[in-house]
Amino acid sequence: MCDLTFCGAALKALGSGALFWPAEGVLCVSDLHLGKAERIARRGGAALPPYETRDTLTRLATDLEATRARTVICLGDSFDDLAAARAMPEEERLWITRLQAGRRWIWIEGNHDPGPIEYGGTHLGELHLAPLTFRHIAQTGKTREISGHYHPKATLHTRGRAITRPAFLIDSDKLIMPAYGTYTGGLRSHDAVLTRIMRADARAILTGAHPIEIPMPR
Amino acid sequence: MSALPPQFTDWFTAKGWSIHPHQQTMLDRASEPALLLIAPTGGGKTLAGFLPSLAELSDGTHEGLHTLYISPLKALASDIKRNLRTPVDEMGLSIRIEDRTGDTSQTQKNRQRADPPHILLTTPESLALLTSYEDAPRMFAGLRRVIVDEIHALAESKRGDQLFLALARLQSLCPDLRRVGLSATVEDPGAIAHLLACHPDPCAILQADPGPLPDIKMLVTDEAPPWSGSGGKYAIPAVLEQVKQHKTTLIFHNTRAQAELYFHNIWLANSDGLPIGIHHGSLDRQQREKVEQAMVAGDLKAIVCTGTLDLGIDWGDVDLIIQVGAPKNVKRLVQRIGRANHRYNAPSKALLVPANRFEVVECVAALEAVKEGALDGDPRGPGPRDVLCQHILITAAAGPFEADALYAEVITAGAYSTLTRAEFDACIDFCATGGYALRAYDQWQRLQRRADGQWQLRDPRAAQRIRMNIGTIQDTDTLKVRFKGRGGKPLGEIEEGFAATLTAGDTFLIGGQIVRYDSLREMTVQVTRDAAKKPKIATFLGTKFATSTQLSQRIIEMFQQPGWPELPAHTAEWLALQRKVSRLPEPGRLLIESFPHDGRVHTAVYGFAGRNAMQTLGLLLTKRMEETGLNPLGFLATDYATLIWGLDPIRDPGPLFDIQSLRDGLERWLAGNAVMKRTFRASATIAGLIECNTPSARKSGRQATFSSDILYDTLAKYDPDHLMLNITRQEAMRGLVDFGRIEEMCARIEDRFDLITLDRVTPLAAPLMLEVGRVPIKGLAEEKLLAEEAARLMSTAGLPPEPSRKEWRVPF
Repeated sequence: MCDLTFCGAALKALGSGALFWPAEGVLCVSDLHLGKAERIARRGGAALPPYETRDTLTRLATDLEATRARTVICLGDSFDDLAAARAMPEEERLWITRLQAGRRWIWIEGNHDPGPIEYGGTHLGELHLAPLTFRHIAQTGKTREISGHYHPKATLHTRGRAITRPAFLIDSDKLIMPAYGTYTGGLRSHDAVLTRIMRADARAILTGAHPIEIPMPR
Repeated sequence: MSALPPQFTDWFTAKGWSIHPHQQTMLDRASEPALLLIAPTGGGKTLAGFLPSLAELSDGTHEGLHTLYISPLKALASDIKRNLRTPVDEMGLSIRIEDRTGDTSQTQKNRQRADPPHILLTTPESLALLTSYEDAPRMFAGLRRVIVDEIHALAESKRGDQLFLALARLQSLCPDLRRVGLSATVEDPGAIAHLLACHPDPCAILQADPGPLPDIKMLVTDEAPPWSGSGGKYAIPAVLEQVKQHKTTLIFHNTRAQAELYFHNIWLANSDGLPIGIHHGSLDRQQREKVEQAMVAGDLKAIVCTGTLDLGIDWGDVDLIIQVGAPKNVKRLVQRIGRANHRYNAPSKALLVPANRFEVVECVAALEAVKEGALDGDPRGPGPRDVLCQHILITAAAGPFEADALYAEVITAGAYSTLTRAEFDACIDFCATGGYALRAYDQWQRLQRRADGQWQLRDPRAAQRIRMNIGTIQDTDTLKVRFKGRGGKPLGEIEEGFAATLTAGDTFLIGGQIVRYDSLREMTVQVTRDAAKKPKIATFLGTKFATSTQLSQRIIEMFQQPGWPELPAHTAEWLALQRKVSRLPEPGRLLIESFPHDGRVHTAVYGFAGRNAMQTLGLLLTKRMEETGLNPLGFLATDYATLIWGLDPIRDPGPLFDIQSLRDGLERWLAGNAVMKRTFRASATIAGLIECNTPSARKSGRQATFSSDILYDTLAKYDPDHLMLNITRQEAMRGLVDFGRIEEMCARIEDRFDLITLDRVTPLAAPLMLEVGRVPIKGLAEEKLLAEEAARLMSTAGLPPEPSRKEWRVPF
């Protein structure tokens, strides 16, 4: 776990790719892409191993246990699409319900899943929780903003070895979360899309057993 | 004796030729169900294959397709078309001959399906695609003969497995189909005949006169080869001298990267401006064709090339073959040399250029093996099931099928003759549902069973996706390279992984020129010209041959001699020096050297078990070292040694090499490693779990896709008995893992370890240091390194990271 201060809020970047805000008891995860395998099969693609939802939920359950979070913010693209949300097997549906029990649960709308209303919890376009704003896609000119969508990853070149991992990107105005879902790829931090959004002095926190903070590779 | 039609005898007479005995035998036995001809190049092998077809077609009464010719190279198909056209035209035969490859236009392809020629020349992939169409039975109606050229090359790969499955399909469509295989000299003709036969029918083997022994020597230069490296740069003046003395020289390299570097270096030294070209599989097609044309026209004195020039294309007047780097495999060397020289009854002339001292030993050992006619090779196991899965999908694309009938058909293919029904059914289940322990999205399954028991595609549109992903050639994803600007000239392709390590300003070699990386636009690497003399990053990786174990054993035996009069003095001295500062590997013992280098403890294990087994040994040893707290960072394997680097030294090798613990833990240890993931990726792609091509254009390579490693990890965690993991293990055990040779090695050495600790790299270990193909260990040491590097970076707060060291490098 890596401590950081963002716009005055003391936050913890977890190695799993979740963000914890102890003062508010908030756990934020982004881009779960639950049901991705189902969506690919439905569209005539390959039948991928149908275990990504349980893998993602297992990690989420572990993080909830460890942080005892009172509020969960799913920062969009929680389901791979609305049909995937509806096709979720009963067992996994109940699992989500169990995770929601006794907590405030907020689904932020993503571009893949504009409001999976079958599921309990609150559905919002974005959430303001002073001093921070949570939304799926970063908006130009906005500050104190926590977003997801881009699935950032960063590469650290150590002696003779390049290590690439999903990463948090942080500067004075914006924090972009890594994708939390098991079946997600990543966009390198030096991609022009990300270097345009993030300030020159941005940092990256690589996920993994021991999260590591470095200057954002660009 | 079958008499030839008169046009044929007249034509032979007019040419002043007489028919070769093996050509006559092929005619005499043309009615047999399968025939394998083994003949040297230049011996009229192709004509021997085609004569019965031409004779049968000469009366002009056959309608539709008569003969299908399959070659591993599309260039070969178009070449044969040209060569066949001449006798056919000169004899005035009315025979339509066409080729069909990935390069054939769509109009032409459609026409071929509607109105097939008499003789169709194609590749295994194009044939597989043809069998996937619903109209395949109509197109192949009337087919009488199939000729598989260069069958020895196909027999070694999954392309061959796919081809033989396609032949099984064709045999069902045309029960009277006869098969002919044309092969270069091989160590086990029976194994190839087994593949070619339609089981349980036999396949006869015909041996043509092998011709004179090749004239092969090692190029001895005034300057000694370097201690390490694989470029052969030191020998360039001597090679240029040879090029001058011959009409056309082919200069073979084992990898594309080496060919690029060599080409660059030979031009720096080419003060006479001799016309020298380069040819390899990563170059743009136009570039390659230009070189091919120049060569046929006799405009080139030499061509620097790789295996793409290996097969029997008519390359004009080649009178010298130069092999740079040790040949690695005696059979391939003999075939390469025999083949590039097209003059029958004249010995082929070849020179070996060892790239370093160790390769001098390898070259001498290989020359001795050639002299003794001792070819090497390993039998392949049963037919791979990933290829079978693809075959099932291809069959489904052509229309509904009966599982019973398909199984009966599949086991007529030699490689699959021992496939059990249960194994077959598991492949069907995989293709239909994914075959997971957890039944999911059943309504979306790929194949559905109809009421009449036949299997069919759930969504007929899936046929298109299946066709787009036909093939078994495993290339890493590649990106096109072009000069920047509108309509920039295409240069070739580089691996996506290599492209990802480039930053603006980096220079690399492609097509013999140094270019500067500018940007990545729409999945094309944009570059500009660069005037530098030396590229900053050498170039991309290529595939490497593994030295055969037979050759490795010869080398160990050579080491035991008191002196080495057959070796050049510099190499004999090197071995003597190794014997003095450390010792030489001995049969029945295991030499292990431990020394510091580059701030890491290095351990060299000289197992001589072949590249794949040494790779596995690296995996198993590093895993055990990780468990015992020796903090290994990575390893690399060559055919003769495994080099491990890490933070702490090995002090007691005995427990590490305990075969029982190695075996017990193999499964568990293999689960998380990179070699298994690489094998999984290849097999999952062939079996259709990973689609490289989708109708919505190429995958963007951005966050939309995720790595196949995630699929592997997920399966290993939740469904460890899944068919794909099963296939991966089997593939890895016989391919990349080759555990059998480790067991053999352990049995050979028992507890006879020679652990020698030194203060520096030894002469024998030096060549290892620059080998490519490093496998990182993602263990505790990685977390340590990360923390170390991050601390360093953050201490220089605000500054960008230091330029990184590139892992993609090639030894000079």
